[in-house]
Amino acid sequence: MNIRNEVTFSTIRPRDGLKAALEKSRTEVVDDILRSGLKGRGGAGFPTGIKWKLAAEEKADEKYIICNADEGEPGTFKDRVIFSEWADLVFEGMTIAGYAVGAKTGIIYLRGEYGYLRQALEDKLAARHQEGLLGDKIMGKEGVSFDIHIHMGCGAYVCGEESALIESLEGKRGEARNRPPFPVAKGLFGKPTVVNNVETLAWVAAIFALGPDWFKHVGTEKSSGYKLLSISGDVAKPGVYEFPMGTKISAILKTAGADRPKAAVVGGASGILVPAKDFKRAICFEDVSTGGSVIVLSEDRDFLDILENFQEFFADESCGQCTICRLGNVKLLEGIRLLKEGRCTTKHLQKLCTLGAAMQAASKCGLGQASPNMFLSVLQHFKGEVLGRPQAEDHFANKRKAS
Amino acid sequence: MNKETTTKVDATKMIDIVIDDRKISVPSGTMLLDAARQNGFHIPTLCYHEDLSRAGGCRLCIVEIEGQRALTASCAYPITQPIKVKTTSRRVREARKTTLELLLSEHCGDCYSCVRNGNCELQSLAKEHGLAKLPFGHPTEKAFALDTLSPSIVRDMDKCVDCGRCVRTCKELQGIGVFETVGRGNRKGISTFQNKPMAEVGCINCGQCVNRCPTGALTEKDSTEDVWAAINDPTKHVVIQTAPAPRAAVGEEFGLDPGNAMTWELNTALRQIGFDKVFDTNFTADLTILEEGTELILRLYKNLVEKDTSQPLPQFTSCCPGWVKFFEHVHPEMLAHVSSAKSPQQMFGALIKTWYAQLNDIDPESIVSVSLMPCSAKKFECNRPEMRDSGLKDVDFVLTTRECAKMIREAGIHLPSLPKSDFDDPFGTATGSGVIFGNTGGVMEAALRSVLEFVTGLKVEDIFENANILPVRGMEGCRFAEVKVPEKVGPVPPMIAHLVPNWEWLAGQTLRVGIAHGTKNARKILDDVADGGFFSTCHFIEVMACPGGCIGGGGQPIPTSPAIRQARADAIYKEDLAYGSKGSVRKSHENPAVLRIYKDFLTEGPCGPKSHELLHTSYWPRGKFIGSW
Ligand SMILES: Cc1cc2nc3c(=O)[nH]c(=O)nc-3n(C[C@H](O)[C@H](O)[C@H](O)COP(=O)(O)O)c2cc1C
Ligand code: SF4
Ligand code: SF4
Ligand code: SF4
Ligand code: SF4
Ligand code: FES
Repeated sequence: MNIRNEVTFSTIRPRDGLKAALEKSRTEVVDDILRSGLKGRGGAGFPTGIKWKLAAEEKADEKYIICNADEGEPGTFKDRVIFSEWADLVFEGMTIAGYAVGAKTGIIYLRGEYGYLRQALEDKLAARHQEGLLGDKIMGKEGVSFDIHIHMGCGAYVCGEESALIESLEGKRGEARNRPPFPVAKGLFGKPTVVNNVETLAWVAAIFALGPDWFKHVGTEKSSGYKLLSISGDVAKPGVYEFPMGTKISAILKTAGADRPKAAVVGGASGILVPAKDFKRAICFEDVSTGGSVIVLSEDRDFLDILENFQEFFADESCGQCTICRLGNVKLLEGIRLLKEGRCTTKHLQKLCTLGAAMQAASKCGLGQASPNMFLSVLQHFKGEVLGRPQAEDHFANKRKAS
Repeated sequence: MNKETTTKVDATKMIDIVIDDRKISVPSGTMLLDAARQNGFHIPTLCYHEDLSRAGGCRLCIVEIEGQRALTASCAYPITQPIKVKTTSRRVREARKTTLELLLSEHCGDCYSCVRNGNCELQSLAKEHGLAKLPFGHPTEKAFALDTLSPSIVRDMDKCVDCGRCVRTCKELQGIGVFETVGRGNRKGISTFQNKPMAEVGCINCGQCVNRCPTGALTEKDSTEDVWAAINDPTKHVVIQTAPAPRAAVGEEFGLDPGNAMTWELNTALRQIGFDKVFDTNFTADLTILEEGTELILRLYKNLVEKDTSQPLPQFTSCCPGWVKFFEHVHPEMLAHVSSAKSPQQMFGALIKTWYAQLNDIDPESIVSVSLMPCSAKKFECNRPEMRDSGLKDVDFVLTTRECAKMIREAGIHLPSLPKSDFDDPFGTATGSGVIFGNTGGVMEAALRSVLEFVTGLKVEDIFENANILPVRGMEGCRFAEVKVPEKVGPVPPMIAHLVPNWEWLAGQTLRVGIAHGTKNARKILDDVADGGFFSTCHFIEVMACPGGCIGGGGQPIPTSPAIRQARADAIYKEDLAYGSKGSVRKSHENPAVLRIYKDFLTEGPCGPKSHELLHTSYWPRGKFIGSW
C-alpha cells in the first residue's frame, strides 16, 4: 500500500475505542466528541459533535448512521486506504455514532469503483458479528444494538454530496436536496441521519481509544488532530500521508518530493489552486481546508489543460437540476477551449467571470458552488499564462481570403 | 428528488422577518417565496408551480439571506427563524440574468410563431430581466425532432427549459409518471420511457403537463387548420358542440378574470366565424345521465336482487377519456366495472351523423362534426377506432378552449363584447345537470338528481334544498358520500318500466358513492376497490382525470391554480342555478329534447338496442402494453 509515513491508525487496537465509548453514557460520548474538536474530514469541516448532538436530540422511531465512502473527488484516495488497512476503526466509529445518537442501523455508501473491497469488508463485518461487536447486546451491553450494511454507489460524483447520497440510497436519482431540512432532522426515508466521512469515523474510534484531549492537543486552535492527505501529481513519492492539522504546504510538498512545483491543487477539482508564492499557507480549516487531496503541478504543466480536464469533469458530473450548474459548466468548458485557441475576447472572459461568481452563489449544492473555483483561481493567479495564446488556424478565415 | 416540503406551517408560532428593509410577520414554516408574494414582493420563478412540490432547481427565485454564504432558492426555503432577506441585490440580479442567458443559449424557438407567444414564462422573464445581448448565443437550428405522433399532445424539446414541472405534474397529480429526468450534466434532459413518442407510452392525454409547462415545449395537437379548412369548404355542413367547462373559462383568453362564463357570447362568435350550427354538449350530458343512470339501476338490481355479479358494482363513470385510458392501463382486469355509456362528446357525434342528418335530410358524409372541449384527451377519444358507430368518424375534430379562442381572435373578434345568442335546435338548451358535468362531483350530482326522482317519484328539491346535492361537491381529492333513498318509493317511470318491476328493493337503502379527481386520487380508489377495501362497498364512483374535473382540463386557458379552478367551478354552479331561475329545467330526465329523442329515435328507451348501437361502447385491456393504440 502506498502509505508513506507513520499513520496513527496503525497504533490503535480495535475494540479499545468502542469499549471506552460504551462505558460512557450517550451524552458523555457526544460531549467527548465535542471536546475533541473533531471536524468532518469529508471536505466541509462541520463539527462532528454538533452534528451528533442535533441528531441525538431528534425524536424518531428510527435513525441512521451513514458512512460516506463515495470518495469521488479527483485526487482523493485516502478513504480507500483506510478501508483496506483499518476498516475495523471505521466500523467502530459507526457503532459509537449509533450508540451516541440512538441509531440501530448503519450504512456504508461505497464508491462503485471500490467494489473489489466489498467482500473483504463483508467478511470483517461477519467476524464482528461473531465477536459480539455488532448485532444485539454489543460487548454484552444490554440495549445496545447496531448493524452495518454496505450499499454500492454507481459512479456519480454528486452522490458523495450527502443529500444526493441519501436520495440515491432511497432509490432515486442522485440529486441534492433543498435545505433545510438537514439530514440530521430529516435524512434517509425522512428519519434523522448522520452522514460522516470514512476518515471522520475512523478518528472517532481513535479519539475514544486515546482520549479526546489527546486529539484536541494536536493541530491548531480550530482544527484539532491529524489529517490524512492523498498526494499525487508531480511528486516523487505519491501516496497517503498523515500530517497534523496546520502543517504548511511547503513542508508537505517537501516530504512528498515535489518536482519544481508552480502550484498545488488542494481539495481536488472542487478545491482551490495555491500558487507557489502561497506555499507558506497551512492545511487546516482556518486556512486551506481540504477533504484530503493535494495535486502538485510542476512548471511543465499547462493550466489550460488542467482546467479543461477539470471542467469536462464538472460538465459531465453536474446532476443537472440547477440551470446555472448544468449549463454554466458547459459554458466555462467552451470558454476554456476558446482560451486555448486564443479566441476568447476579454469581454467574453469578463462574462465568464460573472458566470463563475453566479455559479458559486446560486447553485444548490457544493458541486455547482465549487465548480468554477479552479477557473477563477487560475485567472486570479496566472492570468498572463492563459491569455494571449496564439490563435489556432481559422479555416473559415482562410476560406474567406480565398474567395 | 426531494420535492416534498416537510416543514409544517405552524400558525401558532409567528416569526418576524425583514425583506428588503420591510418587517413582516409570518407563521413558522411558511415558504419564503410565499411569504414574500403574500406581502407584495415580486420574486421571479420558473420551476415553481402552485400545484406542485418545490424543486428548487431553476434558481431564478434566489434571494440573499443575511449571514449565508450562498444565495437561497426562496421557493423551497421554510422560514423557521428570524432572517433578513434581500431580493434585489446585485448578486441576486446578476445570477438571475446569467441563468436566463444560459437558458436562452439552448432554447430554439421563434416567439412569433409559437402558441405560447404572449403567455410564456420564459418570454416574460427575458423581458423582465432586460436581456439585451445573449453572450452565450442563441441556437437557430433545432436539436430535437418534434414529437407529433400523439393525437393530443405535441412535444418540442427545443423549447424545454428543464423545469421538471411536467415530471412532477404527471407523478404528483396524475400518479402516472410518463416523464422522467434522465442523464447527468450536459446530457440531462426530460424524457419518456426509452425516449419513445408520447403516443407510445402510458400517457392518458389529459394534458395536465401542457397546462403547467411554462413554455411552448408541450402543447396540444392543433386542429384549427383542419377546422378552418372545413369552414372554408362550401360543400361541408360544419357543426360544433360546446361543453360547459370551456364556456366557463374561455373569457380568460380575452383578459377576463376567471369565473366569467361566456356561454351565449360564444354561440354568436362561433356562428360569426362560420359554423353552420352550434349545439350544446349538455344535451348528450343529459342523455349520458339517462343511459348511465339506467345502467346503474340495472346493475344495482342485478347485483342486489338477482345476485348476478356479471356486471359488478361499484359502477365507474366513463365520460372522461383520460380516466378511461388510465383504467385500461392500470386495472384492465376490472373493465367490467366501467359504465359502457359513451362520453357526451361521442354520443353527440354518433347522433349528429345519424338522427340529426336524417331529420334535416343532410348527407352525413358532408357533415363535419367539431367539438369544443376543455380537454386534450377528447382528441384521442374521437380518434379511437371504435368511435365510428354512425358509419363515419363520429366526431371529426376537437378544439380545446385555447384553440377556439385562437380562432376567434384570428377572426378579429373580441368575445366579451359580442351580443348573446342561443343554441340551435333540435338539441336546444339543455339542463343544469348537464352544465355541472364540468365540475368534479357534477356527474354524480346529475345522476343522483335523476335516480332519486325516478325512484321516489318526489322532486329532488324536496330532498335536497334547491336540488343542490352538497355532499358530493368540493375539491377534496377522494370523496365519499351516502345518500339515503326514502322509505316511500314511487312507481317505476314508463321509460324504464320494462327493466325493473318496482322500487321496493331500493326503499330505505343507502346509496354509497365515491368521487375522485386527478388520476393520482383515482388510483387510490381503484386500488382500494381492487383490494376489496372501503370504496369497494360503493355503488357508483365518479372519476375525472383532471384536478377539479373538466374545468381544470388540459385544454383550458393557461395558467391554472386552485383559485382559478375554484372560480371556474363557481361559475358552473351559478349557471346551473340560473337554469332554475329562468324556469328551465335542471334535471336531465326533464330535458324536452331528451324526451323527444327517446320518443322518435331511441324508441326502445335507455339502454335499449339502438342506444347500445350508438351510445355505448367497450374498452381495451391495455395493461402495461404501450404502443400506438
Ligand atoms: C459534490 C460533492 C461531493 C462530495 N463527495 C464526498 C465524498 O466522496 N466523501 C465524503 O465524505 N464527503 C463528500 N462530500 C461532503 C459530504 O456532503 C458531507 O459533507 C460529508 O460526507 C460529511 O461528513 P463529514 O462531516 O464527516 O466530513 C461531498 C460534497 C459535495 C458537494
Ligand atoms: S449545484 Fe449542480 S450538482 Fe448541485 S444540485 Fe445543482 S445542478 Fe446538481
Ligand atoms: S416557448 Fe416562449 S420563448 Fe420559446 S419561442 Fe415560445 S414564446 Fe418564445
Ligand atoms: S417540457 Fe415544459 S414542463 Fe416539462 S421540463 Fe420542459 S419546460 Fe418544463
Ligand atoms: S377531466 Fe375532463 S378535461 Fe380532463 S381528461 Fe377528463 S374529460 Fe378531459
Ligand atoms: S422557482 Fe425556486 S428554484 Fe425554481
